[in-house]
Amino acid sequence: MLDSALRKDRLPQAPGVGYKPQHFAQILENPGAVSWLEIHAENYMGDGGRPIAQLRHLAERFPVSVHGVGLSIGGEGGLDADHLGRLKRLIGWLEPASFSEHLAWSSHDSAFLNDLLPLPYTAATLNCVSDHVDEVQDALGRRMLLENPSSYLAFVDSTWSETDFLAEVARRTGCGLLLDVNNVFVSATNLELDPVAYIESFALDLVGEIHLGGHAEDADDHGAPLLIDSHGHPVADPVWDLYSRVIARCGARPTLIEWDNDVPDWDILAAEADRAAMILAGAPA
Amino acid sequence: MSQTTKALAAAGALAAALTATLSVPAHAQAKEKCFGVSLAGKNDCAAGPGTTCAGTSTVDYQGNAWTLVDAGTCTEIELPEMADGSDRMGSLEALDRDLPQS
Amino acid sequence: MTPDQALLHRSIVDPAAPRPDGMIDSAGRPAGRRFDVYRNNVTVSLIEALETAFPVLRKLVGDENFRHLARAFLRRHPPSSPLMLFYGDAMPDFLSGFAPTGQLGYLPDVARLELAMRISYHAADAVPLARSRLEALAPEALWSTHLTLAPSVLVIRSRWPLHAIWRYNVEVGAPRPKPAAEDVIVLRPDYDPVPHCLGPGAATFVDALRAGRTFGEAHDAATDDAPAFDLSATLTLLLAGGAITGIGALP
Repeated sequence: MLDSALRKDRLPQAPGVGYKPQHFAQILENPGAVSWLEIHAENYMGDGGRPIAQLRHLAERFPVSVHGVGLSIGGEGGLDADHLGRLKRLIGWLEPASFSEHLAWSSHDSAFLNDLLPLPYTAATLNCVSDHVDEVQDALGRRMLLENPSSYLAFVDSTWSETDFLAEVARRTGCGLLLDVNNVFVSATNLELDPVAYIESFALDLVGEIHLGGHAEDADDHGAPLLIDSHGHPVADPVWDLYSRVIARCGARPTLIEWDNDVPDWDILAAEADRAAMILAGAPA
Repeated sequence: MSQTTKALAAAGALAAALTATLSVPAHAQAKEKCFGVSLAGKNDCAAGPGTTCAGTSTVDYQGNAWTLVDAGTCTEIELPEMADGSDRMGSLEALDRDLPQS
Repeated sequence: MTPDQALLHRSIVDPAAPRPDGMIDSAGRPAGRRFDVYRNNVTVSLIEALETAFPVLRKLVGDENFRHLARAFLRRHPPSSPLMLFYGDAMPDFLSGFAPTGQLGYLPDVARLELAMRISYHAADAVPLARSRLEALAPEALWSTHLTLAPSVLVIRSRWPLHAIWRYNVEVGAPRPKPAAEDVIVLRPDYDPVPHCLGPGAATFVDALRAGRTFGEAHDAATDDAPAFDLSATLTLLLAGGAITGIGALP
């Protein structure tokens, strides 16, 4: 998409991929294969060198989405001011088309756990998450998207459904939502919920971006299926089916192919993006 | 040696270094520099699959789980005691000697 | 009965701790190994980050041993920042006290070098000084000037053959390390950091420049440290590596 008329300030309603440095050359050689790129914010918080140079180069050619994985928006303590500052600096020079983070926590005290950890859906969590989303949006001076997590367990004390919880955070803060369809399928399988009912109760009008990724299969202590959000496989067929339902309901949305572990050759990622493009082509206007 | 003498010698050394690096190629264009081997960023939003037990093992690996069977290239590096009187060796024999026998 | 994040944190990083109450499966049974997914994710992702960060250490001790070492490390030194780019800065000191590899005395220095390579890789860009600026310097002006070095330049002093150990593990056919002390400088002429062996006194020269001393002071410090200090060779290395980015008053 080297079209100079292409807007870089918002994501197109088309497929993008999670950017991996090993694909830099192929992305430039096949600029039509994807319409936009997503990066993990924390991997571009160094002072310079090749990562930043590559990102600058790509950002001149593609709309870029910045996806944070370390802000710990669901953390019980305050947001990490240093980290928010680093994020603000990155967003400031890159001026990405979108910024998103997770409904999860990952830091406690000064320790960072490098995983997206689960939250109980309670009034206290709602206040905490909403305050933090407000703080992030104020600091960055822009609206953010909040992503639904993959769940492996439920909290006894949760009083909100996840979809209502996300809609309420969005109502309070004005943030948008990032709908990870693989996470919906993983959570629904793990918690024996109906994924279609989840989609139907999701505030689809607030969805600014969709994620599609692969999961791994495991089993719990009782032999029940336990799906793990590994991002190391192709998007599973039932996730594609669920994605088709989402698009049929809400129309085309920017859709990301995520692949973080055992990253495949570019052709495989591009083929996944093509499959998303076919579904998007059939979207209601 | 006077400072003037030293400064002259230093200038000579700089001149020699400038001559020696005349043939160093000019730095690549920005775009070309972007290609090349990239270090992986390790912030991801997904991690290892759950089938591994790495996070749940309670075995203390400080001791006898240390394996010499697949020990890496350190087995090929023989460094005698260093000249500064350090008591640290740099060889695997020493490592072997200190470990409990399995 | 919801466990707070302090308890969850403790339980995730301590596999011997009981799993907290308040978390269940869809049938209301205790979460069991569903909770272990988080224990695994945290541990595995940190081990993988350390494998990426310390490829030469890993090669030296072997994959299996490195996993043991990495797990012991991450339990004692979890990341203190969400920036995984720089995770592992406590590795040299950790290795100094890690009994199973205690006899491989060079491992802490290898960790220092691998950290330096990563810091250099992510350091701010800096344009090398034009040759004409150096060519124009009169001897007395050179002697009293300050040289600014690129942020990607790092020096590691070692009493081990550090450069040779590194080469032996990354270059096919590199010779086996011989007993010798080797100081190493990491230079990043474009975007790829490269370690080079420094001659006697050169580390002192570079460190003195870094500390804001004049060219002449740095030179005197280096020759005091090592009479065999080779200024010309050191400058050649710095110039070829694009390490000199400014002269004159300190910024």
